[in-house]
Amino acid sequence: MAPVGALAGRPPGAARRASAWLFRRPGLRAALTLTPPLGWFVLLYLAALVALLVSAFWSVDPFTSEVVHKWTTANFKSLIEDPTYRRIAFRTIGIAAAVTITDGILAFPFAYFAARVAPRRLQTVLFVLVLLPLWSSYLVRVYAWRLILAHDGALNWTLDKLHFGSLNVGYSNWAMWIVFSYIWLPFMIVPVWTAIERVPDSLLEASMDLGGSVWRTFRSVLLPLALPGLIAGSIFTFSLTLGDYITPTLVGGASSDFIGNVVYRNVGVANNVPFAAAFATLPMIVMGIYLTVARRLGAFEAL
Amino acid sequence: MRESRLTRVGLGIWTTLILLFLFVPIVIIVVYAFNPSNVQGWPLPGLSTKWFSQTWHDQGMRDALWLSIRAALLATTISILLGSAAAFAVHRYRFFGRETVSFLLVLPLALPGIITGMALNSFFSFWSIDLSYYTIVIGHATFCIVIVYNNVVARLRRTSSSLIEASMDLGASGLQTFRYITLPVIGTALLAGGLLAFALSFDEVIVTTFTAGAQNTLPIWIFGKIRIGQQLPEVNVVVLLVLLVTIVPVTLAQRLTREPRAAAGVG
Amino acid sequence: MPEGRWKWATAAVAVVVMAVAAGCGSSSSSSSSKPPTKIGKGEGKLNLVAWEGYTQPEWVKPFETQTGCKVSSKFAGSSDEMVTLMRQGGGSQYDMVSASGDASLRLIRGGDVKPVNVNLVPSWKDFIPQLKSPSHNTVDGKHYGVSVQWGPNVLLYNTQAVTPGPTSWSVIYGPTYKGKVSVPDNPIQIADAALYLSKTNPSLGITDPYELNQKQLNAATDLLKKQKPLIKKYWALSSDESDLFKNGDVVVGAAWPIAVKTLEADKQPVKDTIPKEGATGWADTWMLSAKAKHPNCAYEWMKYISTPKVQAQQAVSYGETPVNQKACPLMDQIEKGSCARLHANAPASYFNSIKFWKTPIADCGNGKTDCQDYTVWQKKWQEVKG
Repeated sequence: MAPVGALAGRPPGAARRASAWLFRRPGLRAALTLTPPLGWFVLLYLAALVALLVSAFWSVDPFTSEVVHKWTTANFKSLIEDPTYRRIAFRTIGIAAAVTITDGILAFPFAYFAARVAPRRLQTVLFVLVLLPLWSSYLVRVYAWRLILAHDGALNWTLDKLHFGSLNVGYSNWAMWIVFSYIWLPFMIVPVWTAIERVPDSLLEASMDLGGSVWRTFRSVLLPLALPGLIAGSIFTFSLTLGDYITPTLVGGASSDFIGNVVYRNVGVANNVPFAAAFATLPMIVMGIYLTVARRLGAFEAL
Repeated sequence: MRESRLTRVGLGIWTTLILLFLFVPIVIIVVYAFNPSNVQGWPLPGLSTKWFSQTWHDQGMRDALWLSIRAALLATTISILLGSAAAFAVHRYRFFGRETVSFLLVLPLALPGIITGMALNSFFSFWSIDLSYYTIVIGHATFCIVIVYNNVVARLRRTSSSLIEASMDLGASGLQTFRYITLPVIGTALLAGGLLAFALSFDEVIVTTFTAGAQNTLPIWIFGKIRIGQQLPEVNVVVLLVLLVTIVPVTLAQRLTREPRAAAGVG
Repeated sequence: MPEGRWKWATAAVAVVVMAVAAGCGSSSSSSSSKPPTKIGKGEGKLNLVAWEGYTQPEWVKPFETQTGCKVSSKFAGSSDEMVTLMRQGGGSQYDMVSASGDASLRLIRGGDVKPVNVNLVPSWKDFIPQLKSPSHNTVDGKHYGVSVQWGPNVLLYNTQAVTPGPTSWSVIYGPTYKGKVSVPDNPIQIADAALYLSKTNPSLGITDPYELNQKQLNAATDLLKKQKPLIKKYWALSSDESDLFKNGDVVVGAAWPIAVKTLEADKQPVKDTIPKEGATGWADTWMLSAKAKHPNCAYEWMKYISTPKVQAQQAVSYGETPVNQKACPLMDQIEKGSCARLHANAPASYFNSIKFWKTPIADCGNGKTDCQDYTVWQKKWQEVKG
């Protein structure tokens, strides 16, 4: 509330003059607001990323493990030629896609119920319940799944009591698929919920009035409008799975190495940052493409 | 759209199943805080509360918890300042590369954490910066900025700019407009974004592994315990404690940020 | 963005130039100062890189109370990880590392550790002769640390599922327990396969499992690839091992003694043994970082960890063998029979029967230089795992 009366007749104070001066210079204001965040990003993050990409073209001396600053494409050559890394890349991308699709299917009916069917009170409860798991350490939740899926674990124990026999799911790619879908589910639910909520009632009613069946309304009206939310959620599930190395370490089996494991092994263990950087360009490229497509589909407004 | 009775019931069952899916592991975690054995095995061999006092007296746990809280607070503050600054710039002004800013800011979240961690680690090594509390905060703030940014931008888009203009017309200075008009409008968006940023920073492990020195944040301490596989129920006790402590703020934030008929765009 | 394109281009170029300039930063050079002649006042803190189980509260807490040096440990699951951690952030992040023989020389050559004055460690004179100045931590007469403990990589099995008790490593290379085997996730595991081949396939001519030429390395890798379908999981964390055995996923595998002790303490039906083909093993040294920030606390730690009582405690807790000869009776006090079971004062023949970890290098000794170095081992291991 501007105290107009009190100010009338008094010369403007320093702060007021400064703010008026700034008001006449939108460009400067833009620069001032934009410089801190962009400065942070460009100087810290982008510079680091570019330096990383550049180091992918270097190599490492075998015995002293010092980085040799000589331009070479040897890292990329071994990545492309060695079938091991192709396998690992396909496995990573494949499971990431499977997890994304699974989470999309699991999240949508939940989000629809929460956004449109549940009464107000229940909505608050549901929202809190969806976010709560995010506060109980990712590591501990993955470790709990180890217990559930182990040979003598909770799942087999339950199946045994129900006389369904037992599964050998522990420490395998199946286990990783289940665990990843579990961990990232809240990240998919929230944007989809938000997107469905934003779809106006009137549109859906109009579609029904025009003679559309429930399925048709869903397919042609609801789904396209909720799609940005699905895509936004998929950015998280896909990218988080693509780069993870902890879940494969904890619940993976003998053939469960992910891109992240190779990268981690080369950075945190073998101290071969150039090779790790070279392999890391693959998820960067994949996510770059994914993000560009997602932006086209309007996912950025739904994030 | 009136859904049929059958659809509503079906959706309700689906929702319940999903909730079960989400919470069975949480329940197991909580129950295993009472595990008398040192090694995690099924079924639970009994119940014991001995780990509660042991965890409480574990100096390593306390240091880690405190470091995590401090780092998350500072990272959240930085990301609130920088994130809203970026949101204002993008919302108000036309400048070259405007569309690219959103793309840029989302990169730390969209690119796998190990890349961010690796890049920052190499960067700190090159400039001979010691890994410390501050490098941890830098790592966290970098991906938290976009969370606050998205929330504030979404809120600004839904605000009519006529409010700002009216305030200026009535003689308010830029600062007064900001304090009395803009801030209340984006207030709850900042709260929602800040809360989510805090949660993300508090639980982050991959980037932190590369940006922490000899310090332990809580997730790193937890990973250390998981590595050695001994005294694990201490970890369960800590998780139980954190869950209990956060239920209230999360519910409160949810209540405050609910807009009628539209979510505050959390996440 | 037609008008902004030039500005973007300049910005991009600036970023790249900056990054490349950053990348051209020189690597740190280590200053090897002369080791101190007496231990000064403690700095109040000590940052260690250690194997899981080497810094149990049982002996760390008394150390902290005695010296006022608060200990913080970072666990590492492999020698590679230890080397990397010691080089992190300019090399001054951690004060000491409990490096095995396959990491110690790499650290010495890389200038990451500096010589210590063993006269400041009174228990050093009571060490077994072989580990007073072994070649993996003593170069040119300079001691780059003090030995701490040593031990074998054992064969661990579930006594209920694997009967009779196995006497050969063939049990983890053959199909009997398919899908229920586990071995460490570590490139040095290739040496175990080579050791097995040296006894079962003498025509390959393997004499030292760490000195393998291309043909021998390929044979070892092929054996490991044949083993892969039998493996449930390559364990990387100590808890992997205990969880796998306790929850019935694995019944036999290569293990470190700490897993054995953890499972036995939990009353699990397991037993360990050294099969007839012999075993690889490790001899660990506490090394001092070249840029240690808390050297006095580090020396206090070296003093403390070599005393007979602590040596006994650690040996019995982990299941390894102490270097201090006076530890034996104290071990029997903690756990009856442990001194003999852990070969604490065994004759030199036992010591010599273990093939201790060492870094594979191109120089095979006796004039040949066609041995495969460690980077090749790492690549091969990734092949096996991928």
